[in-house]
Amino acid sequence: MLELTNIRKAFNQGRHNEYWALSGIDLAIPERKVTALRGPSGSGKTTLLTILGCLARPTEGRVRLKGEDISGLPERFLTEIRRQTFGFIFQQFNLIRGLSAIENVVLPAYPTGRPRKVLLERAEALLADVNLGHRRDAKVEWLSGGEQQRVAICRALINDPEALIADEPTANLDTKLSKEFLGILERLAASGRTIILTSHDPMVVESAVVDHVVTLRDGQIVDEK
Amino acid sequence: MNTWIEKQRHLIDFTVASLARRKGKNLGLLSIYGLLVFVLASVALYTHALRAEATKVLAGTPEIVLQRLVAGRHDLIPPGYIERIGRIRGVQKKEGRLWGYYYDSVVKANYTFMVAPGMKIARGEIVVGPALERSRGLAAGNGISFRSYSGELHTFIVADVLPQSSELVSADLVLMHEEDFRAFFKYPEGHYTDVALSVANPQEIKNVAVKLMNALPDSRPILRDEVLRTYASIFDWREGIMLALLAAAILAFGILAWEKAAGLSAEEKREIGILKAIGWETGDVIKMKFWEGLLISLLAFLLGYIAAYLHVFHADAVLFEPVLKGWAVLYPRFTLTPHIDGLQIATLFFFTVFPYTAAVLVPIWRAATTDPDTVMRG
Repeated sequence: MLELTNIRKAFNQGRHNEYWALSGIDLAIPERKVTALRGPSGSGKTTLLTILGCLARPTEGRVRLKGEDISGLPERFLTEIRRQTFGFIFQQFNLIRGLSAIENVVLPAYPTGRPRKVLLERAEALLADVNLGHRRDAKVEWLSGGEQQRVAICRALINDPEALIADEPTANLDTKLSKEFLGILERLAASGRTIILTSHDPMVVESAVVDHVVTLRDGQIVDEK
Repeated sequence: MNTWIEKQRHLIDFTVASLARRKGKNLGLLSIYGLLVFVLASVALYTHALRAEATKVLAGTPEIVLQRLVAGRHDLIPPGYIERIGRIRGVQKKEGRLWGYYYDSVVKANYTFMVAPGMKIARGEIVVGPALERSRGLAAGNGISFRSYSGELHTFIVADVLPQSSELVSADLVLMHEEDFRAFFKYPEGHYTDVALSVANPQEIKNVAVKLMNALPDSRPILRDEVLRTYASIFDWREGIMLALLAAAILAFGILAWEKAAGLSAEEKREIGILKAIGWETGDVIKMKFWEGLLISLLAFLLGYIAAYLHVFHADAVLFEPVLKGWAVLYPRFTLTPHIDGLQIATLFFFTVFPYTAAVLVPIWRAATTDPDTVMRG
């Protein structure tokens, strides 16, 4: 689905604190599979994830989405690709405080201009699917960590994206909630979505649901299984 | 088109929800903003209505008033003076007027005593303005005594009180019979205070004034248009004083609004990052903030303007009356005719809504163009 060729990413380029987070990544992300990126802190997992999810552009190298080169596209087009193709689940969940669960879920669909009624119906169905139907009107700051993550998952799915991007999805969850997350992950994978995640957690990386594990160190791929 | 409208509706929905989340902050801003519009609109509406009122009232006055000058000072019109004017083309009517000022030490106020042209008032009777009715507790049928400048006491019966609608110019008026007037002020027979001339054609007024100056070099013609201009400049001046007094408050609001609008909290920046990461374009974020600025400023404008309208036309502008209306001592009490000027609204709108909305957008544009990946690293 996604192909990266010789990807390099620099921060503070040209300044005294220039730093290369990725140096020469060649990677192919298979469609309808679960890919896990693992590695120690500072290995470049999150940077690689932002490039895969079109949140950032590489300093050098090519990114191809379904064979099409998207590395040189202006931000506006990247945003559209991001909205249509990817759903994001962030480590800190990044929900908007003060809004209810359902209002958070429909947010990514606002720029699409789909009718509100349709959006609310879809959001309700998604929340019901993760057993949160009864919490739809609760403000997100009142929800537990596990509930917040499920709201974040519903938000990632509102535009029915082909791929899901999850950054350290179990970092803020205990074992029980992590297992629940893996259950949801399994269902999402079974529904034919491409899933890319980063994780330190052996429980996630070594679980049966993960098809493809990429290990990074110092901005380079050191192992791929 | 439908998608575009639906998208704007979504953005407005989100904006409203967003504003509701910071209720305290936004309500505070809204009330200060509304208050500012209220003050500015009150001043503008009030002075505008006063000017309109003055124009309306003066519409019934003579086109030219002729005064006689001695050593540059206003002097009485002597007998035979009016006849010297002779026939001037365009002048329909000329008549001598009698009026003067009287200081009432009881209420410490000045009245204007006048012989009313074309009004039949019997000897020993007077017709008073509404302010006198209030300050001296007069009603039709009451008697009142005034001590004249020569020390004599003159007693009059109040025949009538002038209607409230004319109060702007008649508040302190006392109308009386010519003989009473002459007796009270010891005004010499055949003398007048000034001469009123009616000119039918407005184009002719200036020509008539020039002819008057030629015929009577010691006279000073006062044109109604000049009086109107003087009124207008007095009200403009009062408006200016008021605005000068308010300048500090306006400036303080400006700083507050700029601070609020131009400075983004860390929470707001974080939210913009999230919205961008989940697929909002820079333009969507800017549009959302534009709606936010517009909603606040528009609401403040509407609330402030409506409050100002009620204040001026239904509560007699109680807050600014002493400064803006101004009157010797007796304050006229009158209801202004509601008068709204489109240009005035547009000016006020431009100077209140526009700068705030613009101030909101500048920092948002900066924040909205940051890379969406920063949210991953939060």
